[in-house]
Amino acid sequence: MSLTLLLVQGLNGLQLGILLFLIAAGLTLVFGVMDFINLAHGVQYMLGAYLAAYFAAQTGSFWWALALALPAALLVGLVLEVLVFRHLYDRDHLAQVLATFGVILILNDGVKWLFGAAPLQVPMPADLTGGIPIMDGLLYPHYRLAIIGGGLATAGLLWWLVERTRIGMLIRAGATNAPMVAALGIDIRRLFMVVFGFGAMLAGFAGVMAAPILSVEPGMGDNLLILAFVVIVIGGIGSVRGAFLAALLVGLVETLGRSLMPDLLRLLLDASQARQVGAALASMLVYIAMAAILAFRPAGLFPVRAG
Amino acid sequence: MRTLAKEAPALLVLGALAAAPWLGFGESWALTLLARAMILAMAAVSLSFLVGGAGLVSLGHAAMLGFGAYAVVILDDAQIVEAWVVLPVAITAAAGFALVTGAVAIRTSGVHFIMITLAFGQMAYFTATSLSGYGGDDGYTLYARTELGGSRILSDRLSFHFICLGALTLTWLVCRMLLASRFGRVLRAVRGNPLRAQALGFSPYPYRLLAYVIAGGLAGAAGFLFANATEFVAPAYIAWQRSGELLFMVILGGIGGLHGALLGAFGFVLLEEVLSHQWEHWRIAFGVLLILAVLYLPGGLAGLPAQLARRRGGG
Repeated sequence: MSLTLLLVQGLNGLQLGILLFLIAAGLTLVFGVMDFINLAHGVQYMLGAYLAAYFAAQTGSFWWALALALPAALLVGLVLEVLVFRHLYDRDHLAQVLATFGVILILNDGVKWLFGAAPLQVPMPADLTGGIPIMDGLLYPHYRLAIIGGGLATAGLLWWLVERTRIGMLIRAGATNAPMVAALGIDIRRLFMVVFGFGAMLAGFAGVMAAPILSVEPGMGDNLLILAFVVIVIGGIGSVRGAFLAALLVGLVETLGRSLMPDLLRLLLDASQARQVGAALASMLVYIAMAAILAFRPAGLFPVRAG
Repeated sequence: MRTLAKEAPALLVLGALAAAPWLGFGESWALTLLARAMILAMAAVSLSFLVGGAGLVSLGHAAMLGFGAYAVVILDDAQIVEAWVVLPVAITAAAGFALVTGAVAIRTSGVHFIMITLAFGQMAYFTATSLSGYGGDDGYTLYARTELGGSRILSDRLSFHFICLGALTLTWLVCRMLLASRFGRVLRAVRGNPLRAQALGFSPYPYRLLAYVIAGGLAGAAGFLFANATEFVAPAYIAWQRSGELLFMVILGGIGGLHGALLGAFGFVLLEEVLSHQWEHWRIAFGVLLILAVLYLPGGLAGLPAQLARRRGGG
């Protein structure tokens, strides 16, 4: 029985890790290539979910919503780049933090204004509503497996883009030394815009996929943003490979910690104490892991930038 | 004389606060608003000391405030309400958290530092939400305000106004003195060029860590007052958005000097008060103003006169 629980929680952790990776991938690229700290990346995930909710309500189909929400998320990302972010590349990190914080305030209250504060529901795609039996009487939903599959496929696509194409080569070069890339005659501003739009679309994709299993509400991106930051700090800023491994690690630690910690502590403490201490400890676990990794490797597991 | 002129804005603000109860701000809502502004100004001044003085951009400063506030909550639950006990505990708790997290965070710099302080701030937030014995997510209402030597001086609005003002003035003086001292000069040298400071024989790490701990302790004291001002503490007070708002105050005022944080905090609270009465979704306007301030007001409110003078001179 507890083995089943472990399996289910492991899959849930994997699924959280995949969502985190989709958000962290864009963040780490924007960060690595442009040295730009974008707090508004979490609201781009939220926007993806809201766009999915809107288009799903309009078209009645999840797949149409997915197909329409992705370009819309890309468009929003590009508009934000032109209106706000573009003017901040040359400013210090403090200015970037504050201006992108302003974007969060605007978009979080903006969706509240347009869609109301109540959470929205997005129906699951009809062909993925069932589940597969993983043990007697226990079904694991198809849709969650589809998230894992879709996320892994996207990760593969991203690997191919970054490692095997010309634009990927430029992105990697930009993450290592952006001024040098510009000096070699590459239009670095255009590269920035492409990376930015692409990152926004990935975060939007994560939002669309999360929409049917989570409630779509203002501020839903904020907590994931923090976890995504933890992911890219652990993985090493600018490294997609690092982000992937760190995202899975964080997803598993977060999910398994929450489900197992109270049980583990019950061996030492009485039930109610174990529940309280366990909950507190579980919520700290990810950050403790981050601190431990940074204590030994201050630049993360896979540092990109030399020096 | 020159130093006096430089400190004129801060002295003006503090003087105006001392006179405020007799200048039409004596009603209870006005005093509540001013107390909130003064307490946030304390936290903003300590953050400005960190950002402007040491070059450490912390995005988890609200957690320090939270440690101070939750110290009041936990002691209140244990029926300990004596300020001589509660205040030192609040300061020590916040400074201790700053010491432990700072020991890791200060090893990094720049963007890493921002994100790690953010992560530790969220750690404090989630821990607070899981404290179900103290209300968890919903927060905790104090039985009574803290007492000072057995007297309920903190419950009197006018006395509380002056206690907050005294605490703010003290915070400002401490930060100012520290920045002017040898310690502050080392901090600025490290901010300017860590390598050069190291070559001169100053190891940056202990100086920065000490600055981080001091700023944490001061914010803890602000948290102590905050809990007493609202008589209610919830995890929402220490969410990372609050840290962002504190940074906003610092940069709205300008990081050139500590008086910027004072101006910024009062500007912020005033703006919030005005906007939130005008429009339900006032945060949208707030966000727009924030972006505009970052883009077009690099010196903050404190740098505005110089900026205008420059424009007039140029055009």
